[in-house]
Amino acid sequence: MKDIQLKFKGVEHVLDAKVDFASEQVEVNGLDYSIEQVPFDVPVSGTMYGLLLNYKDEYAALEGEMNDKPYIAPPKAPVLYIKPENTFIADGEMIPLPDEEEELRVGAALGIVIGRDATRVSKEDAYDYIAGYTVVNDISLPHTNVHRPAVKEKARDGFCPVGPWVMSKEAVANPNDLTITVKVNDEVKQTVQTKNLIRNVETIIADLTDFMTLYAGDVVLVGVDHGAPIVKENDGVTIEIEGVGTLYNRVMKESALKEVKR
Amino acid sequence: MRTARVVYKGAIQAAYPHTEDEIRLASGQIVNEQDVEWLPPVEPRTVFTLGLNYADHAAELSFAAPTEPLVFLKGKNTFIGHNGETRRASDVTFMHYECELAVVIGKSGKKIKKEDAYDYVAGYTVANDYALRDYLENYYRPNLRVKNRDTCTPIGPWFVSKDEVKDPMNLSLKTYINGEVKQEGTTGDMVFGIPELIENISSYMTLNEGDLILTGTPKGSVDTKVGDVVVTEVEGVGRLVNTIVGDDQFNR
Repeated sequence: MKDIQLKFKGVEHVLDAKVDFASEQVEVNGLDYSIEQVPFDVPVSGTMYGLLLNYKDEYAALEGEMNDKPYIAPPKAPVLYIKPENTFIADGEMIPLPDEEEELRVGAALGIVIGRDATRVSKEDAYDYIAGYTVVNDISLPHTNVHRPAVKEKARDGFCPVGPWVMSKEAVANPNDLTITVKVNDEVKQTVQTKNLIRNVETIIADLTDFMTLYAGDVVLVGVDHGAPIVKENDGVTIEIEGVGTLYNRVMKESALKEVKR
Repeated sequence: MRTARVVYKGAIQAAYPHTEDEIRLASGQIVNEQDVEWLPPVEPRTVFTLGLNYADHAAELSFAAPTEPLVFLKGKNTFIGHNGETRRASDVTFMHYECELAVVIGKSGKKIKKEDAYDYVAGYTVANDYALRDYLENYYRPNLRVKNRDTCTPIGPWFVSKDEVKDPMNLSLKTYINGEVKQEGTTGDMVFGIPELIENISSYMTLNEGDLILTGTPKGSVDTKVGDVVVTEVEGVGRLVNTIVGDDQFNR
């Protein structure tokens, strides 16, 4: 049994719970629930930051252009973006495909959940400020030019499935050595190793908090590796992060989704 | 109506204008504006900021005005209130203010038509969107190390409800350093005005109640030094005071 925090739909607070991967059950307040039956809500509510170009292969794919316009030079500081709250959806919810679009890019990412306000934190102390980890699908409209902030490509409603829970940091032996598996319609399309990060978890915390405070509840996505799969209408996306959790969402046309909601 | 959020003698409360130098607290006390700590007048949710949204400022930075809004986002960490202090890192050679009209969204909406845009506005405040240009890099530019630093987005002093601002697209903007005018412009020169920005952003995502739009800055960005008192003023909305402090204040 591993300690997690989860949120039930319709319940205001995040709850302490335990998960048993073998029996596929979660225990909340002494009661057992099958994972499949839990109506998970988004387990985080802070600001979500993501890192671009933080996997070796992802970096290498752009490296040949880094000395040309518009980039001129390789990046020095972490390249960051924000996923705002309108993008968050829970495990099991539908990812809206804008009606004028055909394809979305999956963004399988380990999310670091901050446990207490962090300003100017050293690498050595970084784990004291982490509550745990969650699984994030940082959905984008496919784009190759990263010169300008990709708000239109990344900040659309429902473009960030998160969950199903926050796994406690104590249950994750080494976040810098996890395997992430992405399946589309049950077929493996991408395998990512967090040992291929350029900045590892503690370096990310140190580099970011040098100039910006991370608050308890904020989330930092460590990165999305090269080779992220493309999905289309009706595709089901499963992201499994070893020892953290499995997040499943299906893609649905935005207009069809509105009909469902009615 | 004008409201602020302040701390007085350890209590966080609302405040209202009284005289030029004094404010009235929710508690009924009348105090000098220097005797309170000013917090940001609203607690922002998602914050949209415009780059290059005045043609003269774009030209000053050697850019053509954009054909669609250049939008970036900010986190909550970067905001501080009126009379606050902003850190200038010792290794930067060019740190400039940006006087901006900030729009506070009052009602959530998506696919808002520009004709209806003001129905979604609650009011306005003043923002100073500092930039430390030495840290600019060309990936998701302007990057967060330039634009999302702790203390680097003063905002306030007042939240001003929209009924008090007759024509938000015709307000003068001024920035003073140590009392001398350094930046002058008018909101009438925005490339994309408030209705167009609301229509554009909400065309692809929900604008929520409590979100902020910082609408960009006109020409006249000059360097600021440690000790400078920087006042950003938007006609009829407010006069936001900020002081630049050095790394020594932060034991760096």
